[in-house]
Amino acid sequence: MAADAQGVIDWPLEVHRALAASSVRQVGYVPDAGHKRLIELCHADRSMRAVPLTTEEEGIGLATGAWLGGERCALLMQSSGVGNIINALGTIKECRIPLPILVTMRGEYGEFNPWQVPMGQATPAVLEAMGVVVQPVREAAEVPAAVDAALRLAYNSYVATAVLISQRVIGIKSFQEQAAR
Amino acid sequence: MSATLKRRDVVAQLLEGRGELLVVAGLGSTAWDCTAAGDHPLTFPLWGAMGQAAMMGLGLALAQPKRRVLVITGDGEMLMGMGSLATIAVQRPANLSVVVIDNERYGETGMQATHTGSGVDLAAVALACGFRSASTLTRAGEIAALRSAIHAAPGPNFAAVKVVAEKIPILLPPRDGGLLKARFRRELLGAAADTQ
Repeated sequence: MAADAQGVIDWPLEVHRALAASSVRQVGYVPDAGHKRLIELCHADRSMRAVPLTTEEEGIGLATGAWLGGERCALLMQSSGVGNIINALGTIKECRIPLPILVTMRGEYGEFNPWQVPMGQATPAVLEAMGVVVQPVREAAEVPAAVDAALRLAYNSYVATAVLISQRVIGIKSFQEQAAR
Repeated sequence: MSATLKRRDVVAQLLEGRGELLVVAGLGSTAWDCTAAGDHPLTFPLWGAMGQAAMMGLGLALAQPKRRVLVITGDGEMLMGMGSLATIAVQRPANLSVVVIDNERYGETGMQATHTGSGVDLAAVALACGFRSASTLTRAGEIAALRSAIHAAPGPNFAAVKVVAEKIPILLPPRDGGLLKARFRRELLGAAADTQ
């Protein structure tokens, strides 16, 4: 597993490798700070098309179209974006479209912004209510294996899966601390 | 100016001799229109996911760059996914056309007015986003050129076709999403698609 001299796990690199190894050809995303490096890696990879979206819901359409055309698609989003895909997820379930979703969490571990908390706290329940198989991850070292498993489950069993990457992994955002600098 | 074109005539003309065209049909009236023109395994009619028809066209167009892809959808459906026009324009798929059959109504829910009836110009939005071509059609003589563009003109192309707001018989395509997906993939990708 990729790690720097201090032993810090480079999980975005591992996740990108897993996406490439699974022959993912389209990666739809709405940016999140926690996905910054992975988004850059996907854009730099000529074997996949990274597609920036205006809203996460567009990713559901993109993934459906991709699969109709024989290509695998994965989505990257923040937990707030999960709220934007709920109705469209019904199509994923009804049509049995394989769809791995990598969600960087807000509104949980050490959150600073109270407006993020309601959706962040509801994210697992909302996804499960729509038939998505949810895999929470709280340690960086667990991310690569969880993503690999989510990709396998999605593409082998034709379901939507979501890996929820905790703020504990991606770092706690604090505008107060940034403003004080 | 009141519309004179009839939606079923327009869609039938657009799909005539469709060849290898891949079609996504927006939920409601445009799905019925495509069914009236002839149910086809390479038409994916939507029964939900309102607002996502154009994005499905994008995912399909990116996956199948050698095939022409046509999204036929309604004005209400397109208004719900207007951001997708920006997303599509950024990707610039040369093989994708989006055609809005615009009756300025929500046809399935009581014919309530949509924004296009109040002057919202979807073709202008598409053009401003960066579609290679975008126009609003009102005359029967313009449909043949649109059909040709769908099959050959470098995209992304957009057209809004103004049609009469009329209640006409509903023709239902299959409803089973798994079936619609599987038959589309099998027709496009061959039997190997079943075990991918």
